[in-house]
Amino acid sequence: MPRFTWLPNDPDWPRTFASLPEGEPRWPALQALANSQIDFLATVKLDRRLCESPTEIGPEPIRLALLSSCTVDQLLPGLRIAALRRGMRLDIHVPDYGQYRQAILDPQSSLTLFRPQVILFSIDARAMVGNRFITEPDAAESHLTCRTNELSSLWRVALDRFGAQVIQQTILPIFSNLMGAAEYRVPGSPAAMVDSVNDKLRALAFASHVDTLALDQRVRRDGISSWHNPVLWNHAKQDVSPAAAPMYGELALRVIAARRGRSAKCLVLDLDNTLWGGAIGDDGLEGIVLGQGTARGEGFLQFQHYAKALAQRGVILAVCSKNDEANAREAFEKHPEMVLRESDIAAFIANWDDKATNLRRIAAELNIGLESLVFVDDNPFERNIVRRELCEVKVPELPEDPSLFDVTISDAGYFEALEITSEDLSRGTSYQVSRTLRRGDVATSDLEGYLADLEMQLIWKRLDHNSLKRITQLINKTNQFNLTTRRYTEAEMAAIAENPDALGLYLRLVDRHADHGIIGVLIGQRRSDGALEMDSWLMSCRVLGRGVERATLSILVDQARRRGDCAIIGRYRPTPKNGMVRDLYSRLGFNFVRVEGEEETIWTLDPATAVIDVSNFSIKEITNA
Amino acid sequence: MHEAEIYAKLTEIFRDIFDDDSIILSANTTALDIPRWDSVNHINLTVAAENAFGIEFGSSDLEELRNVGDLVAAIKRKIR
Repeated sequence: MPRFTWLPNDPDWPRTFASLPEGEPRWPALQALANSQIDFLATVKLDRRLCESPTEIGPEPIRLALLSSCTVDQLLPGLRIAALRRGMRLDIHVPDYGQYRQAILDPQSSLTLFRPQVILFSIDARAMVGNRFITEPDAAESHLTCRTNELSSLWRVALDRFGAQVIQQTILPIFSNLMGAAEYRVPGSPAAMVDSVNDKLRALAFASHVDTLALDQRVRRDGISSWHNPVLWNHAKQDVSPAAAPMYGELALRVIAARRGRSAKCLVLDLDNTLWGGAIGDDGLEGIVLGQGTARGEGFLQFQHYAKALAQRGVILAVCSKNDEANAREAFEKHPEMVLRESDIAAFIANWDDKATNLRRIAAELNIGLESLVFVDDNPFERNIVRRELCEVKVPELPEDPSLFDVTISDAGYFEALEITSEDLSRGTSYQVSRTLRRGDVATSDLEGYLADLEMQLIWKRLDHNSLKRITQLINKTNQFNLTTRRYTEAEMAAIAENPDALGLYLRLVDRHADHGIIGVLIGQRRSDGALEMDSWLMSCRVLGRGVERATLSILVDQARRRGDCAIIGRYRPTPKNGMVRDLYSRLGFNFVRVEGEEETIWTLDPATAVIDVSNFSIKEITNA
Repeated sequence: MHEAEIYAKLTEIFRDIFDDDSIILSANTTALDIPRWDSVNHINLTVAAENAFGIEFGSSDLEELRNVGDLVAAIKRKIR
């Protein structure tokens, strides 16, 4: 069965499970149990406890509809426990067996009442391509086009009716070959059709803003017999075997969590015996094992190449090592085989303090949350201490052999990403520049003078279709500088862009050192009383501490004046992560109006009289015309 | 493997899956005797037994399982 090799194997699990208090277990205790290497039976047991526990103990559930052509009851515990593993809770709706089309198409269906936030299409190979050999290649092609078009029209209805995240599972390659190595010569064989239908589904899903759950990709790791048992298919119409259900849930939740901005952002690396063999402080530059000559040295090199490639696609790299800083840096500067260079590392900490303290420093230096960190260390002692001290940080188990490091990190799926933008591809560099800047802050006594010399340009634009992907990504992953933390789908953002009464704009920051890309989004809605209410205001933490928020407000005030809005209404909705903007409206000169609900605060500013200082910035609008 | 050993191991599996340490199995025990023994848990049981005894059930084995006695008989056939 597919195994969770990156999770610790806890020999005390059964005892800890048995000692859970009946009825009302504590949420963190349940979450900790989900973060061990557990098999499908333990998953079912833990799920039972979770379902029996009162909903108040966890976070607000996410409503997931599982639409399937076959039996999926065995998948539910794996889905709920994968959510629990991330501190999330799922409320799952499964329409009657085989009724997934009706559920989507019938406005009176129970699915409509359920109001799903996520819709997962779990279609088996027989329902998708059939089990007959279609001898005419053209007939096979039109059969597949017809089947995928039918499915994509269901996606469209799902997107339009519910505005939900739609996920399409790729088809499990369960069929036997007719030819063998030359299977591609019979495009209408069931086995060949599954391969081509998965290609088609990927392309269609991309074009339709639908996410894919890549079961076929994971099957390449585990083998199809770990995922599908023909006996259980014939006996109970289970496409996915119970033993694979926990991994199914894990893969699905990665996609759901990634859409909500909950993937990790930063890979924090230990040095000795993690990036090279031996201890640089003891063995010296010539003594460490890295690169050509030994299999172990090649293994470390392979891991460095993987880390470098992750950085190139937007993952931030950091170093956290117990070493003298000069020794640690020397390897990066002088070792001829090093793939990673100091310029790849956005935060470099080498000292003798404990690692939990240093991980806090790294998170603070990079302006990201602890839950965005993945800490990779070969030393079980360090791993355990970090797990205990900082339960938010993800700490994978690491195999003995460095040749297996990269596959372990990849299997763990911490950095699940659904989109790739040109911003991601240059982010590594941009963080590097931010770090240099922040270091400059400390050295420069005259911060104002420094900022004035930065030649910052704040460039803004109204929401348009070209930028929706990046804007939606930013809206859904920004947790800290985010006044309301409202999440939107691309379709909802498109609706805002087209609404003439709404104000939707985004901002890009460029300075003499770097182009920081799109760093902020503002969405305002006109109220019936003629005021402009700020529905969303968020900003990337990479550009904090430069007065960008004040410059942003000046744009907002200017727009409100032009639109004739009688007031700008600010709203702060507190979350566990956005404490840094609790006082933002107050700092920017808004007047406090009232508290709403539990602890939301409402603020107001008169655009006619507001005076905003924007020295240090040049501000300009870019129009599509 | 003696029948008693098979029963002992199966009892462990049943108690684990149904989260109930008071379960005592006999050949006549059926799904009616154990409240949580539904169709999903039935499959889970057979997969757990496959793992525990290092066997694989075939389609006909699964069709003949009416009570615990049938399950024990199927396991005996497979491990022989």
